Amino acid sequence: MNERHTISILMENASGALSRVSGLFSARAYNIESLAVAPTEDPTVSRMTLVTNGSPEIVEQITKQLNKLVDVIKLVDLNEGPHIERELMLVKLRTANAEQRAEFKRLVDIFGGTIVDITEVSYTIELTGSRQRLDDFIEAAGVRHVMELARSGVLGLLKGSKALKA
Amino acid sequence: MVSDVTERLRGAEIFVRALADEGVEYVFGYPGGAVLHIYDEIFKQDKVKHILVRHEQGATHAADGYARATGKPGVVLVTSGPGATNCVTGIATAYMDSIPLVVFTGQVATALIGNDAFQEVDCIGITRPCVKHNFLVERVEDLAETVKKAFYVASTGRPGPVVVDIPKDVTAEVADYHYPESVDMRSYRPTVKGHPGQIKRAAQLILSARKPMIYTGGGVVLDNAAPQLTRFAHLLGYPVTNTLMGLGAFPGTDPQFVGMLGMHGTYEANMAMHHCDVLVAIGARFDDRVTGDLEKFCPEAKIVHIDIDPASISKNVPVDVPIVGSVSNVLDDLIEIIEASDHRPTDRASDPWWQQIVEWRKLDCLRYDRESDRIKPQAVIQSLYRATNGDAYVTSDVGQHQMWAAQFYPFDQPRRWINSGGLGTMGFGLPAAIGVQLAFPDAQVACVTGEASFVMCVQELSTALQYGLPIKIVSLNNRYMGMVRQWQEFFYDRRYSHSYMDALPDFVKMAEAFGHVGMRIEKPGDVDAAFAEAFALKDRLVLMDFITDQSENVYPMIAAGKGQHEMHLAPNDRELA
Repeated sequence: MNERHTISILMENASGALSRVSGLFSARAYNIESLAVAPTEDPTVSRMTLVTNGSPEIVEQITKQLNKLVDVIKLVDLNEGPHIERELMLVKLRTANAEQRAEFKRLVDIFGGTIVDITEVSYTIELTGSRQRLDDFIEAAGVRHVMELARSGVLGLLKGSKALKA
Repeated sequence: MVSDVTERLRGAEIFVRALADEGVEYVFGYPGGAVLHIYDEIFKQDKVKHILVRHEQGATHAADGYARATGKPGVVLVTSGPGATNCVTGIATAYMDSIPLVVFTGQVATALIGNDAFQEVDCIGITRPCVKHNFLVERVEDLAETVKKAFYVASTGRPGPVVVDIPKDVTAEVADYHYPESVDMRSYRPTVKGHPGQIKRAAQLILSARKPMIYTGGGVVLDNAAPQLTRFAHLLGYPVTNTLMGLGAFPGTDPQFVGMLGMHGTYEANMAMHHCDVLVAIGARFDDRVTGDLEKFCPEAKIVHIDIDPASISKNVPVDVPIVGSVSNVLDDLIEIIEASDHRPTDRASDPWWQQIVEWRKLDCLRYDRESDRIKPQAVIQSLYRATNGDAYVTSDVGQHQMWAAQFYPFDQPRRWINSGGLGTMGFGLPAAIGVQLAFPDAQVACVTGEASFVMCVQELSTALQYGLPIKIVSLNNRYMGMVRQWQEFFYDRRYSHSYMDALPDFVKMAEAFGHVGMRIEKPGDVDAAFAEAFALKDRLVLMDFITDQSENVYPMIAAGKGQHEMHLAPNDRELA
């Protein structure tokens, strides 16, 4: 019954805009799975990508309530059409010995990632992909080897030549 | 260097000039440290009149009452910290009822923000969930435009309160003054024109109805669409019910009016809702006090919903034909289609649906004991109606007295019935009446209250004296928080936990201590004469303390979890339910 939806929001790059969105979700008891926000090529506009889940009725209310926020310029529910989703992960893996280092290096190559920092006992790896792909990498590497991990939350764009513009 | 259109002014002067240029008549406020520069500018001019309240909550309710009665935004000015927090209840009250309010709060100087400075609170953060929008003015150069935007946002689309937080240093710095004629915000463009295809679909459904019902709310009042609603309803000849917030948008004495609906609505209104086949919802939001149990709501109806706020549509009840747009625009379009059709107004004498409604009406669900030797609160409201020829502005507080006023004072015009419907704020009535009486100095303004609600903002009696406001306060004093007592009687085996009022003041002496006239009325036979005497005192505030029957309850009543057709009726009628 609950569906996962990725909503992409263009909003005024104004102080407090982020808290208006997060406040709306807590006040109305909506779920936020992830939320990523940064300014766009137009510095007065921020783009927020928000992953939520709920029944179709709740998701419809979420998009309406978001649209109602005075700082929100436009939004699109990416699940309404074909779209691309990507997430960035930085993960620090503990490397016990040369054999394990070689194994992690192979994994990073297979997943198309990059080793961005090396110490005698660790690799820090940068990897982008779908949420599932990042999960798969962690599973393949073994969660017990993870020293720490940071993920960006999902970013998404519509496929094709259509664009969401302010 | 001063051009024709711009002048170099201090922030405080920019602020007061901007209010004047916006056409603000009254500012309801209370001074304090962070707004002293502004108060100094208010002192130096006479275009914008400042009304000094006795508590900031009173300022917000007074501005709110002014806005509800006039349709113009109410304006509030308070200091930082406690000045701002005292406004929160009033802001939330306006938010729940979509009332245009612009609340200016002082803030500590920008350099001190976040330092836990004296009288600092995060006003933007505290008010965020109960405003339509809020602004922190960070630079004096932005001040005039922000004032303009605040009024624009508050009063357009679905109206609501807007807070503007102004740090003290911004009011001291100097900038060019220019007040924009209009503002355009790319992120805020409400849809006002309804979709023609949807309107056509709605018209077909409405004209094909056999058991139609028109259900309208505060949105009709807010959009000044009462003339369109009345025309629409008369063209169709369909029954009309109003929500608590919508009373007066359709004449309460019109034969097509079946009374208020909802928890304390009439039997005929709620039964007609339950049995209708087409429901036309106009500027109403399917509030839980209206719908009762959603599972049982209007089981046979196709629903048309007209609202300016898309988020109100299909929020609680899924609708068949949604129309986003201003109520007046959409009704204009619908009226055009109906006039072009061959539809004639339904004949109430022959139409089976109307005959069914007449049967329900015969139950006389608002019946009460008129022979009692104690004053019945319903009789007081009916006496008030006669004394004012049904033409007063009536504000109310929250509780039983509010429901009796809504049931027994039929309003023929919009903006006459002024109450806190959504938030249910006790203490609203007196300050709201102050705002109304200032807006209409020659009108009859009555505040229907109870002895519990009234004392919540009683300090505003001083404000009323200062500005010579001849409000008539009609207190239905039953020595209980009546609505709480009623629920405890029905649902808590008469355990009246903390709902009684012990150690009540002498309200007559209280009125006199505040410089007003006090009256105590204890016998049913004295009620009419008391109103005649009170309204004859044209330039005095009169506090009328009616000692009413303690055991009286509000009927009908839909208990929590019940459907609209499952009303609790007055005891001797129960078998009919």
